[in-house]
Amino acid sequence: MNFDFSTSLAHAAFKNPIFTASGCAGSGKELAQFFPLHELGAIVTKSIMLKPRSGRATPRMAETPSGMLNSIGLQGPGIDIFLEKDIPWLLDQGANIIVSIAGETVEDYAILAQRLRGVPGISALEVNISCPNVENRGQVFSCDPITAQAAISAVKHNIDSQIPIIAKLSPDVTDIAAIAEVCRTAGADAFALINTLLGMVIDINTMRPKLAGKTGGLSGPAIRPVAVRAIYQVRSRIPDAVILGMGGVTHGRDALELVLAGASGISIGTATFGNPNAAITIKNELEALLIERGFTTFTEAVGYAHREEN
Amino acid sequence: MINRFAATVAAEIISNKKVGAYHHIVFEVGEIAAQARPGNFVAISVGGENSSMVLRRAFAIHRSMDRGASGGVVELVVAPHGGGSKWLTGLPVHSKVSLTGPLGTSFGIPTEPVRALLVGGGYGSAPLFGLAEVLKSRGCRVDMVLGASSAGKIYAPIEGKRAVSSLTITTDDGSAGFHGKVSDFLPRIIEENQIEIIYSCGPMGMLEAISQIADAHNLVHQCAVEESMACGIGVCMTCVLPMRGDDGVVRMERSCIKGPVVDGESVIWNTKGSIPEGTWGR
Repeated sequence: MNFDFSTSLAHAAFKNPIFTASGCAGSGKELAQFFPLHELGAIVTKSIMLKPRSGRATPRMAETPSGMLNSIGLQGPGIDIFLEKDIPWLLDQGANIIVSIAGETVEDYAILAQRLRGVPGISALEVNISCPNVENRGQVFSCDPITAQAAISAVKHNIDSQIPIIAKLSPDVTDIAAIAEVCRTAGADAFALINTLLGMVIDINTMRPKLAGKTGGLSGPAIRPVAVRAIYQVRSRIPDAVILGMGGVTHGRDALELVLAGASGISIGTATFGNPNAAITIKNELEALLIERGFTTFTEAVGYAHREEN
Repeated sequence: MINRFAATVAAEIISNKKVGAYHHIVFEVGEIAAQARPGNFVAISVGGENSSMVLRRAFAIHRSMDRGASGGVVELVVAPHGGGSKWLTGLPVHSKVSLTGPLGTSFGIPTEPVRALLVGGGYGSAPLFGLAEVLKSRGCRVDMVLGASSAGKIYAPIEGKRAVSSLTITTDDGSAGFHGKVSDFLPRIIEENQIEIIYSCGPMGMLEAISQIADAHNLVHQCAVEESMACGIGVCMTCVLPMRGDDGVVRMERSCIKGPVVDGESVIWNTKGSIPEGTWGR
């Protein structure tokens, strides 16, 4: 059986559609103890910011039914150390790299894009706009069409034209397709759907929020139907939208749902926390499911749930 | 390289016995047992195939044994606290669970015979018995202090006591051994036995108290820390604690891959709910 598992996100090609999710693969080294990183379509890095970040205080995590809350606060080394250490190491592993960036201001996004200009070996750029805008009372960029557009536009004007821009959107909005349309106008080539949903757990013994950051991002199988819905909606509104899907994918069948809704690639996040080899297992299961359903190429299955009834 | 020998295996439970407040469970794990060192931990999926508990549970390895062709085993001491550990302790023999390990750092073993004090709180004593055996085999004198809230929460199997020269028990309620906290008795034990190194495992408050005593006596203190973690392999960034590096800089370090065994002196204790002033990237 000659099954073509390759995929593309705008003009970036990948040998298979299973990627890590931003912030769920460390620097790559930690996961490389369990499988060769080049077996995945790409490694999506943690969201890199301009400066080193300590992140938030602990507790940072609370398990919830079929999911978890996290409140890490984008702990990371900052763009300088990232470019000096993480990128060359990932390239040495033969991994495809999608760099994720996050800013606190529109200017941060512009500077980060400039810093990534001309860096060899980057397949695509994921712009995490689901973070608080310090210039707008901490309002999340992607929850407001004006700031979402400003952040994407800042990146578009500063990054190499051949690097696809993937706008990562928050599902915590009334109309996610409308935000996607705005980002597309600003220059986004693709969308990462979905980021975590904001949640809270209260400890009934201390009778206070369990996380030091009070709220946290909900991830895991609990949010998968939200991801499927968001992908389906964006694909319906923008029929040629290119989508990197994520949200609770734990098994091959979960990945297939997101693909049928319209995702050309699938990022694996929380499932890796429960099983270091999850991404590889999901990749193999997805391939088998597609073959079983008679597909000869992966791309035929993308958005297949939107086909007209016959 | 950390976790170099880690693998995920379908581990069969070959024994599951209630011991006081805990369960002593033996898992058939194959080759990975040979790579496990005292202080390492394993992470186990809980709740079965359709479980709503998505995260593995981390357990310090009590002992590991490489039995050659008949396969290696690891032994754990599990406290049935929450949904995951209750499920695990309720499993019958011959059940299989997904187990990843060995993970994290291990206790450093001195090259010369030294006088070592091992201090455990509650089921935190679990990894100390395997450590005691290794230390004794290297010619070390091993003294042990175990503390808990009450007698039922002291984990001290009879065969484990063979490796130690003295065992002191303390309980908060006085129901066994000395009445008080382990830290109340450490200075005297350190002086009487001319202790040169302390190894510890237990709740963070206890580790902090031991660190202060080790500091005052100018002793090396290796402790196994316990922070709640999601992944256990260094990718989720939830189990961090502030630690001072060799360069003097305090960073939020992952206790799963910088630890669980860390140098007690390097930890900035008692910062729960805040990032210490001066931490890198604060």
